[in-house]
Amino acid sequence: MLQIDLWKRVLIWVLCAAGLVMALPNAFYTRVEGANDAVAAIEVRGETPELTEQAGQWPSFLPSSLVNLGLDLRGGAHLLAEVQVEDVYESRIKALWPDVRDVLRPERDTVGTIRRQPSPADELHVKISNPENMARAIEVVRGLAQPVVSVTSAGEQDLDVSAEGDTLIVTLSEAERRATDDRTVQQSLEIIRRRIDEVGTREPTIQRQGADRILIQVPGLGSAQELKDIIGTTAQLTFQPVVSRTSDENAEPGIGNEVLPSLDEEGLYYILEETPVVTGEELVDAQPAFDQNGRPAVNFRFNPSGARKFGDYTAENIGNPFAIVLDSEVISAPVIQSHIPGGSGIITGNFTVEESTNLAVLLRAGALPAGLNFLEERTIGPELGQDSIDAGKVATIVAFAAVLVFMGLSYGLFGLFANVALIINICLIFGLLSAIGGTLTLPGIAGIVLTVGMAVDANVLVFERIREELRTAKGPARAIELGYEKALSAIVDANITTFITAVILFAMGSGPVRGFAITLGLGILTSVFTAIFVTRLMIVIWFERRRPKTIEV
Amino acid sequence: MRLKLVPQGTNWDFFSRPKLWLGISAALMVAAFVSFMLQGLNYGIDFRGGTTIRTESAQTIDVGQYRDALAPLELGDVVISEVFDPTFDEDQNVAMIRIQAQDGQESVTADVIAAVQEALKTVTPDIKFVSVESVGPKVSGELIQTAAIAVVLAIGAVLIYIWLRFEWQFALGAVAALVHDVILTIGIFSELQIKFDLAIIAALLTIVGYSLNDTVVVFDRVRENLMKFKKRPLREVLNLSINETLSRTFMTSVTTLLALIALFVLGGDVIRGFVFAMIWGVIVGTYSSIFVASTVLLVLGVKRDWSKTDPENTGNQFGNVDA
Repeated sequence: MLQIDLWKRVLIWVLCAAGLVMALPNAFYTRVEGANDAVAAIEVRGETPELTEQAGQWPSFLPSSLVNLGLDLRGGAHLLAEVQVEDVYESRIKALWPDVRDVLRPERDTVGTIRRQPSPADELHVKISNPENMARAIEVVRGLAQPVVSVTSAGEQDLDVSAEGDTLIVTLSEAERRATDDRTVQQSLEIIRRRIDEVGTREPTIQRQGADRILIQVPGLGSAQELKDIIGTTAQLTFQPVVSRTSDENAEPGIGNEVLPSLDEEGLYYILEETPVVTGEELVDAQPAFDQNGRPAVNFRFNPSGARKFGDYTAENIGNPFAIVLDSEVISAPVIQSHIPGGSGIITGNFTVEESTNLAVLLRAGALPAGLNFLEERTIGPELGQDSIDAGKVATIVAFAAVLVFMGLSYGLFGLFANVALIINICLIFGLLSAIGGTLTLPGIAGIVLTVGMAVDANVLVFERIREELRTAKGPARAIELGYEKALSAIVDANITTFITAVILFAMGSGPVRGFAITLGLGILTSVFTAIFVTRLMIVIWFERRRPKTIEV
Repeated sequence: MRLKLVPQGTNWDFFSRPKLWLGISAALMVAAFVSFMLQGLNYGIDFRGGTTIRTESAQTIDVGQYRDALAPLELGDVVISEVFDPTFDEDQNVAMIRIQAQDGQESVTADVIAAVQEALKTVTPDIKFVSVESVGPKVSGELIQTAAIAVVLAIGAVLIYIWLRFEWQFALGAVAALVHDVILTIGIFSELQIKFDLAIIAALLTIVGYSLNDTVVVFDRVRENLMKFKKRPLREVLNLSINETLSRTFMTSVTTLLALIALFVLGGDVIRGFVFAMIWGVIVGTYSSIFVASTVLLVLGVKRDWSKTDPENTGNQFGNVDA
């Protein structure tokens, strides 16, 4: 009658025990967190006595994964950025003009003179003087097109060439735009990730969202502005020929030149040629180093084409100064002492060690390929998060106590069984949350409290059913068995429907709401498990021992 | 001695006045709708864009002073309110400042926020900005859309599930109850002008889940009883089923409400609106699964030829009737 196979009993207890052990680290949150940090630090920087001691605070044979606290509980900065993918179209089109000119020139006899026309930023307009031979011009320019590099649009060309009267119009094709967008966002994501990783905060979230958005969440950061500063530093490096030095900010630089301030020396300005010799895009590596005087500096190396340009320029300009420009400020303007072949060099300036390290990072990471537009930013202070945690804790405990007392009063011994199951249930939720690396948010805490209230539902269904069956006087064993049997379909249907809404909430929601969906969903799973298996097992064990003639539910 | 919320073996008639109950529900829904049309919801920045700043200071807050300090910045619609909460310390004075989305700006400007913080510091030097949140109009527009889709999807998915597990009349009854609960919840948010933000959508979906939970338990019993009592009129079967499950309905509602009320009182002001929505939802959901879902089922009628009966159990179950 009331029988549960031994292997099932063992399995149920093992699952509960596993849940408890996995939930355990959360009871010692700060200690485990400190130990985890120390372990991570040892992996990166090697062992020191303090770190070893800190890592020893939590025994390594116990599980150490914790529930992540969401930004609303821990405090930190949140940004949603839109990558302005159109920026890239513009630079692509700009770079196209010399090529178009070069292929049309040999055809001058048929197409006539060519002239670039003003156009929208993402189109190239070229006027030809023999519009009757436009077909030939289009054919020639189409020859420039390359196949799109992307899986989804294989076989398509990257340029669309068309004509309007005497004007030839070149644009990027739809397929190429999609492919470019994708590359741009990926690249931006990578660069943002590298920059944030370098700052070394704990558990940043950097995710792509939709076609052109990036979500960045960094716990423990003082403000969204700080985060913007970290990712917004562009680090555009160029090497430009120096025309002269001046102290006048408004000096007239002359055509093709520009005036840029010095980074270190207040009031000193350089007049530079606008066209750089080499840019940071041709860098392949940058490392913090020290110069021959032992001052912090940055070593860099160019790719072959950059190395050639740099080598040629230094060979031709021995004795002239050239400027190393970072984000429109001149870091230094050394005089070229000798021909520098091989494409490596060193940037010196008044750096601290930290600055040179940061600069190397920025140069390595490269500039963002396109601008970022910030659509959403949130800063949560750590105090507010702590207040929420405290309030959440108190509320959960009180809710818990109220439900325990109420269940005890209503169902007596069976209520106690349900209460034990409820406690196991909460541990299982925390255990699962830790195991899957889920994030606990403030609405997530509400989800747990709601689960506390609703988790007893499955037990209530069973107990009420047992009461009903008892009234028909079939003996306690039969009543318990029937109670479980008949309540099962209601339990399953009721919980599946709630679970469906939790899944939808998880899929459509973001941030805190998603945290709620996770705890609600997990709560449903664990409460069904505890009601159907754990409480039942407890009742069966009790029943076997006592063999009561009558029971009161 | 056991605590019993509902006396044993009740035999209350829930369908003596179906028109009255449906009428009350319909009237409440119309009232909710009218309130929504007239006042609209008090959307948070998630849904309309803008910035909210939460400040904390030991010094007491004078909303008028804050308003005067911010007036020269010409930020358009600025709402300043002081927040009171039993969980706050004695010298913890909290205010919320909401600034509308600035015209023609998609992204949020740091300058505006900095200017506001500067201005407030002149009034209250020890002020702390414990949270600053800005949402651009582009995102907020999308959030409304996603939220609406989520609610509709949830209701749709549930409709299909119940249709598969029961009959289409059950599905319609359950969904009628859901729509009823969602509309009444939106109605009370509009009537009381409580801030309506993303978390409230989560609460709405939870209400959908809870109300269903309740409805499904009643329906499950209806299905069982329909198989048991093939000849009894539908009305009697429905009544019997509701009475049989009444004790459970109350137990679960009470435990859930106990937990939610604890959260409402002690959980802090940040999620109070969210918890309020759920408390309201539990009350409305319990009512609707009895009076709306079942009444709709009664009006629609149910196909009675349940071909798959369980011959082994039938005999036993007939012996069970004692209600």
